[in-house]
Amino acid sequence: MSATTTRKTSNDSRNVQNPPPVARKRNSLAKGHLPRWAVPGIAAASLILGAAASTLGGFSVATLAIYTAIVFVIASTVITTLVEGPRQGRNALATNLVYAAFLLALIPLASVLFTVLQKGLPGINTHFLFHSMNGITGAVDNASVEDGTPVLGGAYHAVIGTLLITLWSTVISVPVGMLTAIYLVEYGKNGPLARAITFFVDVMTGIPSIVAGLFATALFAVLLGPTARMGIVAAVALSVLMIPTVVRSTEEMLKIVPNELREAAYALGVRKWRTIAKVVIPTAISGIASGVTLAIARVIGETAPILVTAGLANNINVNVFGNWMATLPTFIYYQILTPTSPTNVDPSIQRAWAAALLLIIMVMVLNLGARLVAGLFAPKKGR
Amino acid sequence: MSKRIDVKDLNVYYSKFLAVEDVNIEIEAKSVTAFIGPSGCGKSTFLRTLNRMHEVIPGGRVEGEVLLDGDNLYESGVDPVTVRSQIGMVFQRPNPFPTMSIKDNVLAGVKLNGKKISRSDADSLVEKSLRGANLWNEVKDRLDKPGSGLSGGQQQRLCIARTIAVKPQVILMDEPCSALDPISTLAIEDLINELKSEFTVVIVTHNMQQAARVSDKTAFFNIAGTGKPGKLIEYAETATIFSNPAVKATEDYVSGRFG
Amino acid sequence: MTTNALRRNGSKGQAGDKIFSGAALGAGILILATLLAVAIFLFIQALPTFTADPTLVSGGEGFLAYIFPIVIGTVIAAAIALLIATPVGIAVALFISHYAPRRLAAGLGYVIDLLAAIPSVIYGAWGYLVLAPALVPSFQWLAENLGFIPVFAGPASQTGKTILTAGIVLAVMVLPIITSLSREIFLQTPKLHEEAALALGATRWEMITMSVLPFARPGIISAVMLGLGRALGETMAVALVLSTGGLIPSLIKSGNQTIAAEIALNFPEAFGLRLAELIAAGLVLFVITLVVNLIARAIIARHKEFSGAN
Repeated sequence: MSATTTRKTSNDSRNVQNPPPVARKRNSLAKGHLPRWAVPGIAAASLILGAAASTLGGFSVATLAIYTAIVFVIASTVITTLVEGPRQGRNALATNLVYAAFLLALIPLASVLFTVLQKGLPGINTHFLFHSMNGITGAVDNASVEDGTPVLGGAYHAVIGTLLITLWSTVISVPVGMLTAIYLVEYGKNGPLARAITFFVDVMTGIPSIVAGLFATALFAVLLGPTARMGIVAAVALSVLMIPTVVRSTEEMLKIVPNELREAAYALGVRKWRTIAKVVIPTAISGIASGVTLAIARVIGETAPILVTAGLANNINVNVFGNWMATLPTFIYYQILTPTSPTNVDPSIQRAWAAALLLIIMVMVLNLGARLVAGLFAPKKGR
Repeated sequence: MSKRIDVKDLNVYYSKFLAVEDVNIEIEAKSVTAFIGPSGCGKSTFLRTLNRMHEVIPGGRVEGEVLLDGDNLYESGVDPVTVRSQIGMVFQRPNPFPTMSIKDNVLAGVKLNGKKISRSDADSLVEKSLRGANLWNEVKDRLDKPGSGLSGGQQQRLCIARTIAVKPQVILMDEPCSALDPISTLAIEDLINELKSEFTVVIVTHNMQQAARVSDKTAFFNIAGTGKPGKLIEYAETATIFSNPAVKATEDYVSGRFG
Repeated sequence: MTTNALRRNGSKGQAGDKIFSGAALGAGILILATLLAVAIFLFIQALPTFTADPTLVSGGEGFLAYIFPIVIGTVIAAAIALLIATPVGIAVALFISHYAPRRLAAGLGYVIDLLAAIPSVIYGAWGYLVLAPALVPSFQWLAENLGFIPVFAGPASQTGKTILTAGIVLAVMVLPIITSLSREIFLQTPKLHEEAALALGATRWEMITMSVLPFARPGIISAVMLGLGRALGETMAVALVLSTGGLIPSLIKSGNQTIAAEIALNFPEAFGLRLAELIAAGLVLFVITLVVNLIARAIIARHKEFSGAN
């Protein structure tokens, strides 16, 4: 028993290393002979030096952070090397760089989220949410800038387009993806056809989204003529991106279902399809649902395939089988790249950020939903 | 409510590999028959051919006949599903359906097949089956709780209740106690003794004392070496097998000199 | 033998099995058929580019002369992205798997997943409106101080919409891919190897170089390849961020173009031969990403065979 406990915690390498008691709660810098206050001390000194350096060439938060980080990494490495020897010095350098890389990676995330919130919130209002861009011309935007009146025009049409196109791609992808996964796990075993399907699902996973869009356009161009651009073409394009995700996640989940459950059902005289439908899938449903939700979250933000399949619309279109359609991502794209009023771009930029905020909220809700679903529908355990 | 099984010239294969060779055996109705033998001798494999579970494994196939009261299980046109509803099976590890309550687990064989059953019929079937599996008193207050919440021994009896609820002719048990503690094992062994009044029971066991305790007749399987097919060496009354076996290999095995 | 009682109502209910297995098989075949059909359609639609008079193709010198600069542009953007994202991504993965407090680690993994979930158009918008202006001073500094190196030749772009900016945005986008795949591999490192290293008195970094990195090398390579596949095919970041132009060596001037952005920017107004050109370009992109992805998969597959022995 104690052996297994040790192994479980051994990931936390400090436990195994038999360090002096001081080092328990500090990062590895504090290990060995440097006192506890060494790290905060060096950090404080670096901050002062960094502040001094950054004021020399025009102060900004960014330069302060960069200089401080550089000074800290060099100083703590050198000090550790001097006090504890070169091996510990290298270790300290690696630790510092790993921490620095992590903080560096957080910067874009924080910046993106901050920008979207800061610039998107002012644009979110009922007018924006429930009006399309129908009738919004450059003149309207110019007027609102010159007169200081609220920005008109909204993303209602794009929200509807996003929801409809995503709905249709889900309707296409989920049955096809799930049935394919069922074939792979329950019927195909490891036969040549199953291996071929697995291979091509892998191929589909790697298809660039714009190529998926071209796939769908080319398909419908042959069927309906070269100018066929409408919601359903976009839905097919998104399905190409979504199906492999659905297949993969469903496959993983079905494989986890123990074979014993299938055999138990067979031994009760239950047919294979009923076993799959009523024992295997219900056991795996939480994982499948969360996989599908993540797949939806992935395609809902896709822009490139929509550009080449659904065209662009300023008005509300609820018919996926006819006419061009807008979605939130393409709305953002066109508002930024071709502002409604080329002389006064601010209203367009504001609409773009507001739409971006809407889109991020949708994606986050879907992601959190996937986690909740995974927890909620998991097979009940315990007494 | 119980039928006999006659096996004639049965060869069992995994793809091209012959796993069990040329078995002939008659299993009496309303009796307990034990299969014993060293690991890998094919006794579990052979057991799984008796309700066509063997073919669930890719490449699994058989040659020969298995007759259930004279009807060949392997005749073309026989649906394995029909066979399995008449010959039930209990597995080595208890495997209640994790998504179902205790009650739904018992009714699984009925409900999963999409058969309609009235509420009162369902309730009486659940009680009858759980009583038949000596589990009723322990779970009657929590029939709607998940089956996976029971202890291992209770789960195994739940699996037996689930099997009886389908009203099979024969119950096959594949080392049903190997994952259980001694007290749960005793409960299952008692249960097997009771089941015999209604069903034909065939049990595979590693435990010779268990075979001696529960079975009327015992079949000893053995294997000549790795890669060789398993064979039925001797089949007789349990008392004979353990006290006065006809074959030297059987005697070596039951006296613990081998395997 | 008389009639076999087991055969009574023999086939009843078997229809369900047949329908179900048929549907499952059909779905699998549908995927194969779709991919095949669409590949054929794509090829048909692209065909005019190859047969047309070379002077009519954009640029006037045939398809190869047209596609070559944007293939190079695609590779440059992806290379910048990987140069940044690979070390940072691996370090972040190490941070989560071996440095961060255990309670934090799971949450951090989730944050990285969220980073991957942010739609590309939003990264594009961020690159266009926030990152590009912010980088202008740095570009000017590079042009003034390192301008003798061709890749930093000035004068620097005044808008910051250069291939270097696009590469940085791409780096941000592929970072989560590299991180999450590497993290998975790092967590699979046999604990015994790690403990063996630590028991010899290794520091944490020595333990990582001795046992974690050697074990994870194939996984890291394939993670980077998958990131490369994503960077090559990513459209929006480049379409929004890059002020396009002909192929030039300087990374801090307007210019260069990638296949995906070329398609996205020009497709809405394209028709006839131009349309065929863009579809052909898409085909080229598909083949490139396919090769990259297959290499990555092959590495993973080979790795899987070995990992059983560990």
